[in-house]
Amino acid sequence: MIRRGWIREAFHRSGSPRWFFAASRRWMIGLYGVGIVLILTGSIWGLGFVPPERYQGESARILFIHVPAAFLAQTIYVAVAVAGLVYLVWRMKMADMLIAAAAPIGTAITAAALATGFIWGIPTWGAGWVWDARTVSTLALLLLFFGLLALRQAIPRPERAAMAVSLLAVVGVVNIPIIKYSVEWFITLHQPSSLEIGKAPTIAAVYLWPLGINILGYYCFVAGATIAALRAKIVAREGTTDWVQAWLKKTAR
Amino acid sequence: MTEFLAMNGQGAYVWSAYGISLLVLIGVGCAPLLAMSRTKRQLRRRQRRLAGSNWEDGNWE
Repeated sequence: MIRRGWIREAFHRSGSPRWFFAASRRWMIGLYGVGIVLILTGSIWGLGFVPPERYQGESARILFIHVPAAFLAQTIYVAVAVAGLVYLVWRMKMADMLIAAAAPIGTAITAAALATGFIWGIPTWGAGWVWDARTVSTLALLLLFFGLLALRQAIPRPERAAMAVSLLAVVGVVNIPIIKYSVEWFITLHQPSSLEIGKAPTIAAVYLWPLGINILGYYCFVAGATIAALRAKIVAREGTTDWVQAWLKKTAR
Repeated sequence: MTEFLAMNGQGAYVWSAYGISLLVLIGVGCAPLLAMSRTKRQLRRRQRRLAGSNWEDGNWE
């Protein structure tokens, strides 16, 4: 017999900072650990154990860390936008805390995607920066992340700030399909996707292994860091509650 | 080894990209843990201050 309402239950539970805080420590440690192992494996594999690419040469190895960062940048934004919608509809404070926790991480990962793309572009395209739909829409993503950070700083009342940040997060999600389809709608220098869900990859299998491992590793590591950041936000905002006070005493050694 | 580091003359690109990524990942991984210990320290200080003022006994006026 299928338990009905389990989605609702999971939703309500994850809305409880106390429940999340108690449950998430193990997830955080596991995701950090798996992420570090996978990223080390994928990077060493990609740097030392695959042949140079026929046209791009050795600099193709940069793609093993550029593509995961670019994927993550968009995924983090979508997660932030969903949390924004949840906050606007249900005023769930955990959703706002998730935005506050994930926005700086998204900013850093988007910057890494742009920086590695820039470095890869110099030998490959002959220019680090090009005014291409993919690069410009990714730069817009970076500015959106900065916007989320700045908006919260600029509004002194926390509830007001949470509303404004959520609204910006939801509105900004229009940029995500633009990034995704930019290489199809426009004539771009940036190549079309080599990896798409439901389609056979269009890169050689030797490159697929380090790339896939690094993508998975980035997802795990960033998920771990996001949980860690969310836990820090919970402690900061719920610091005066009985359960946080009790936890402080318990972990005092 | 030198050959590996040189990457056929593209070493500067490859290693700077990996270096930047490593720094970003270290930052992303460590910042939340540092934030947590900072918050904990502040809350503990506050706890001690309140305990010192007999606030818990109710005769804090």
